[in-house]
Amino acid sequence: MKVADRARETPPSGIRKFFELAEEADDVISLGVGEPDFSAPWAAREAAIHALERGRTSYTANRGRADLRRGIADHVARYDHDYDPESEILVTAGASEAVDLAMRALVDPGDTVAVPQPSYISYGPAATFAGADVLPVPTRAEDAFELTIDALRDAGAGAADTLIFCYPNNPTGAVMDADALAPVAEFAREHDLTVIADEIYAALTYGGEHDSIATLPGMRGRTVVIGGFSKAYAMTGLRLGYALAPPEAIEAMNRIHQYTMLSAPTTAQFAGLEAIRSCDDAVAEMRDAYDRRRRYVLSRFREMGLDCFEAEGAFYVFPECPGDDEAFAEDLLTEEGVAVVPGSVFGEGGEGHLRVSYATGMDELREATARIERFLD
Amino acid sequence: MTDQRELLELLLEDARQSTADLARQTGHTEAEVEEAIADLEAAGVVHGYQAVVDWANADEEHVEAHVELNVELDRETKYDDIAGRIANHPEVETLRLVSGDYDFSAVVVGDSMRDVSGFVADRIAPIPEVTQTVTHFVMETYKDRGVDFGDDRDDDRLSVSP
Repeated sequence: MKVADRARETPPSGIRKFFELAEEADDVISLGVGEPDFSAPWAAREAAIHALERGRTSYTANRGRADLRRGIADHVARYDHDYDPESEILVTAGASEAVDLAMRALVDPGDTVAVPQPSYISYGPAATFAGADVLPVPTRAEDAFELTIDALRDAGAGAADTLIFCYPNNPTGAVMDADALAPVAEFAREHDLTVIADEIYAALTYGGEHDSIATLPGMRGRTVVIGGFSKAYAMTGLRLGYALAPPEAIEAMNRIHQYTMLSAPTTAQFAGLEAIRSCDDAVAEMRDAYDRRRRYVLSRFREMGLDCFEAEGAFYVFPECPGDDEAFAEDLLTEEGVAVVPGSVFGEGGEGHLRVSYATGMDELREATARIERFLD
Repeated sequence: MTDQRELLELLLEDARQSTADLARQTGHTEAEVEEAIADLEAAGVVHGYQAVVDWANADEEHVEAHVELNVELDRETKYDDIAGRIANHPEVETLRLVSGDYDFSAVVVGDSMRDVSGFVADRIAPIPEVTQTVTHFVMETYKDRGVDFGDDRDDDRLSVSP
């Protein structure tokens, strides 16, 4: 059967290889997971159960249930976002769908999408599937993996049409505050870039409050903010996300959404609404647990002599490793049964690093770091 | 260190973890953690460290009952006086003064139902101020001090994911 070029020519995710290796190995402690080790708060799960018991199994409005959109509008106000639930919020099947919709709705074939790297693995392919060219913009450990104006200029991002990034960042754990985002915003205005700001990890910011580029002067009208329930509420499998953007962008995204997804999963929407309404304390508990583990893992890596900048968001640290990162990760897996993801999988700038997730219990983290220490000796 | 609650939560989660690990998680030095724990103990915040045991899985006989106690006070006898008499028995694992239909809630343990009921009948009920006892034997424990005994904590996440 004929397969379309864009599908055939998109390489499989580098993560796939490590997934397969880890699945084959015995007694593996995985620090390679990009999702919480907690379950969704019980109140949210109960809301989903009640929705099913009441037979709420039909489609919802394409944009998502009105009460959920109102809930999201109230929820994101904590980040100084102000969006109209009627026209500026779209509920999606996970943040990943929102990324895909933003690309397809706002990017024309032949456009250029600037992607700071290392980055979440889906941004490049999402741009490619939309027919755009990808322009990597390397970020560096010496800049704490923040996106700098120099990096944007050096990469020629001024000629791009769209910029997509994610802070707090997967895979580095880097965070950019308002001061750090200001020059990026200025660059975007100067070069008339559309910005897709993936803020799925906003609630998992440890050093201070989350800042959004969309709230900086002149940015709201050119930014799509993407959020979701997967990380903060441990609801990865329920597939619920959202996009916040000016009406014309939401309308365009919804046009694609209504022909493809129709609407986000109904059961998940009930769970999501309850999560927003009543699960702040549960989120705070999970964030505190991640924060303790973050400090533990950073401390252990530094004791071992692995250079690691102070990751302040998401649930990853991104230490440097001796030698080739792919070989290091593969040997660590086969010799000590610890799965981590080599940084080069996430693009330019990731080489020589490892993505280590601490969304794992303390017992596992103790054992995994002990094994890494033994491996390094 | 000043965040008492954080340290208490860590100890409640796993009191056996080393002070080095507590220091790493809290971002303090080991000496600061040791001092903070000593302060908590000295101030009577932390009275001890115990395992959370699921006796159903142990090769030991163990029976637990929750006993409701009603008492009658007089000018010379206060709740604390009665509590002292009851709590001194080693069979009484927990004793609390509670609001509601009865005065004290006690957790009484023994090797058999006969042990426990005999203890309540022979040692607690005869206390002059005790006017009524109601004994509820524990049939099954599902969760104790935040630990869910039914949760086998299987991690069914993919071992590597985006």
